[in-house]
Amino acid sequence: MNHADTIVVRVVAIEQVTPQIKHFTLAPAAGGNFPAFSGGSHIIVVMRGVNRIHRNPYSLMSSPGQLETYEVSVRRMEQSRGGSHFMHDQVQVGNELEIAHPVNLFPLDKIARKHLLIAGGIGITPFMAQLADLRTAGVPYELHYATRSPEHCAFGGLLSEREPGRVQKYYDCTGELIDFEGLLSNQPLGTHVYVCGPAPMIEKVVATARERGWPDSHIHWEQFSAPPVGDAFDVYLARSSLKVHVVPDQSLLESIEAAGVEVPYLCRGGVCGFCRTKVVEVDGTLVHNDHFLSDEEKASGKTIMPCVSRARCSKLVLDL
Amino acid sequence: MNVVFKPDETFRDDFTFRNSPEAIRRFPLPFPEDRYMYSVNIEEHLPGPPGSVIEFPIDIDEHYVAECRERALVLAEEPRRFQALPHMMSSQWDCLELIMESLARDYPQHFALERRGSRWVWTNRPLQIHQTFTFGDPATLPQEPLEYITRQAQGDWVVMDQREGDLWCEAGMVTTQADWSLDFDMGMSFKEWHGPVPLAHEMGVFDRALKFLLNLRLNEPVRRLNWTMTIHPRLDTSPENYYKWGPDRATVTPQNAGNKAHLRVELQGLWRLPRSNAIVFSIRAYLISMQELVTVPKWARRVHRVLRDLHPALVDYKGLSRYRDAVVEYLAPFDDGAPTSPGTAPE
Ligand code: FES
Repeated sequence: MNHADTIVVRVVAIEQVTPQIKHFTLAPAAGGNFPAFSGGSHIIVVMRGVNRIHRNPYSLMSSPGQLETYEVSVRRMEQSRGGSHFMHDQVQVGNELEIAHPVNLFPLDKIARKHLLIAGGIGITPFMAQLADLRTAGVPYELHYATRSPEHCAFGGLLSEREPGRVQKYYDCTGELIDFEGLLSNQPLGTHVYVCGPAPMIEKVVATARERGWPDSHIHWEQFSAPPVGDAFDVYLARSSLKVHVVPDQSLLESIEAAGVEVPYLCRGGVCGFCRTKVVEVDGTLVHNDHFLSDEEKASGKTIMPCVSRARCSKLVLDL
Repeated sequence: MNVVFKPDETFRDDFTFRNSPEAIRRFPLPFPEDRYMYSVNIEEHLPGPPGSVIEFPIDIDEHYVAECRERALVLAEEPRRFQALPHMMSSQWDCLELIMESLARDYPQHFALERRGSRWVWTNRPLQIHQTFTFGDPATLPQEPLEYITRQAQGDWVVMDQREGDLWCEAGMVTTQADWSLDFDMGMSFKEWHGPVPLAHEMGVFDRALKFLLNLRLNEPVRRLNWTMTIHPRLDTSPENYYKWGPDRATVTPQNAGNKAHLRVELQGLWRLPRSNAIVFSIRAYLISMQELVTVPKWARRVHRVLRDLHPALVDYKGLSRYRDAVVEYLAPFDDGAPTSPGTAPE
C-alpha cells in the first residue's frame, strides 16, 4: 500500500478551542467536495516540515453529511516529537497540507440497540462525527464526557446545544468522576460501549465492562498513541541494505521512510497492525508502545510496530 | 469503446446469447499458465488496457441490455433475489452512488448523472430511464436504492457489513450466480459463506483474505478472477432452480460440447463504501462457448491443458465431473502440443 493518492487541502479556519486544543477546518485545494466518510474515521495529515515529514492521524470531527470541509482538532502534546507542534505553531490559514483518504478503525456497530459513548479530553474527537450519524439513526445513545475543567471542555457548549439531555459532562477540578460501575451495570441488552480518551480511562472501561459480563464484541475503544520520545539508536534494513539512524524525537517508521523505504500503514498509532515488521536481530531490548501485539508477541521480540515502538539498543536489524 | 448492444439475445429457453469477435478478444481468460490451482489472487482494481474488461471499474459490454432484461425476468418470478436488512440502507445509497458515478464518468454516451445538492438526475439511455430523486430518501425511487441501481447493472452485487472483526452478507442482488443463493447466505459471516471451497481452508487463504478485506481502503478497490463452467449460456444457475439446469450437465458429448459448454469467468470486485463503512462485492459473469474460445488458438491449447490436468477435488467442487471429459475431448484436436506464451492475451 502506498500513499501516492493523497488529497491536497487548504486550511480555511483555525480556532483555539481550549488552552491546549486547536481546531482546523480544511477544504479541498482543488475545489469541490471531499470524499464521503463514516463517523469514527480518521485521516493522516502529512506535514512537510523544513527537514522532516510528519504524518499524524486525526479523527474527522465534521458531520459526514457535510463534505465541503473536513474538521480536525489537535491537542498540543507537551512531550511532542513534532506533529502537534507543527500544527499548532507553523500552520496558518491559507496554508496547504496533504491528507490521505479517511479510514475507519472505530465504527459504530450498525445493529446495536443502544450506543454508550465515553470520552476523555481530546478523545471527544471521533464522537463528534459519530453523533452526527446518530442524530438521524433512530437508536438511543448517550455521551459521557470528562475533562479537566470547563475551560478544557472542548465543544462543550456545542454539544449541550446539539444533544439536549443526551450529554453528561464531568470536570476533574470539581471532583466529578464518571461512575463506570454504575453506567456499565445498567444498560439494556444489545448496548455497545465506545471509549476514547487517556489510557487509564480506556483500561478502566474495558475492565469494568468485562467484569460485568459484556461480550468483547460490544466493547469498542480507540487510542492512537503518539510515538513516545526515546533514546537514539541505529536500525539496519536487511533487505534494502541500509543503515538508518533514529533520533530521540523521530519515530522508527518516520526514520525508515526518510531513508526512502516504504512500510505499509493505516493508523500510525499502534492500532491497526499494518506496519508490523519482522525483527531479525537486536542487541538490546525492544520498547513496544503499540496496542496491537499480544503480551506474548511483545515478549518474544520477533516483531515490532515501527509507527510507535522503538528499541533501547545500539543495533536493531529489521526484515525490510 | 463504442458498445453496440444486442438487446434481443437470451440466456434461457432458446439461448441466443453469442459473443461478437470483439467480445471474444476481450474475454477475461483466468489462466495465465497451462495449469490451474486455487488461489486468492487479489490485486488492486486499477484501470487496465483500453477495451479490456478492466479498463473501467465497472464494465459495460454488448450484453448489457439483454442482461438487465434477464435480471428483470428472474426478479418477476423470485423477488427475493434482492434482499437488504434494514441497517444496510446507508450502504445501499453508497452502492447507488458508486455505480451511477462510475457509469456516468466512463460511458458518457450512455449514462448521465447530474447532482445538485441531494437532488440527483439520472439518465440511462440504453434502458431509456430518466429519474429525478433525492439522494438519501428511498421514497423518491421506485425501488430500494440497491435494487433500483442493480436492475441497471450487469453482475451480482453483495453488500457486507463490517463488525466484530468479520464481514456479514446483509444485502444483495443475485440473479446471475454460479450455484449459490443469497437467500441461503443472508446474514452469514465471511467464513461461513466461503465454507465449502476444498483445499482453500487448509491453505489458510480465507483467514488471510478476510484480514485483507477488513482493512480494505476507500478509493483502493481490489479484484480477482474466479471461474467455473456452465452448460448453455445460462446466467441464472441458482440452487433454487437446479432442476432447470442440473440435468443439462448430463447431456454434454464431445460432439455438442463446442456449442453447449461455456467457460464462466467471474470478475469479482471489492470496494470499501464511504458512508456505511461496508464493503460491496460485485460478481460479474462473462460467458464464452468452447466453440468461440477455440477461435483463439492459444486459448484452445491453454484451456485444454487446464481442464485435462485439473485437481480432482476442484473438478468436483466446480461441478464439472459429469462433462469435463467430453469438453477435454472436444478441445484435444485444437491442442497441437505447442508451447503457449505466458499471460492471457489472445496472442
Ligand atoms: S500503522 Fe497501524 S499499527 Fe503501525
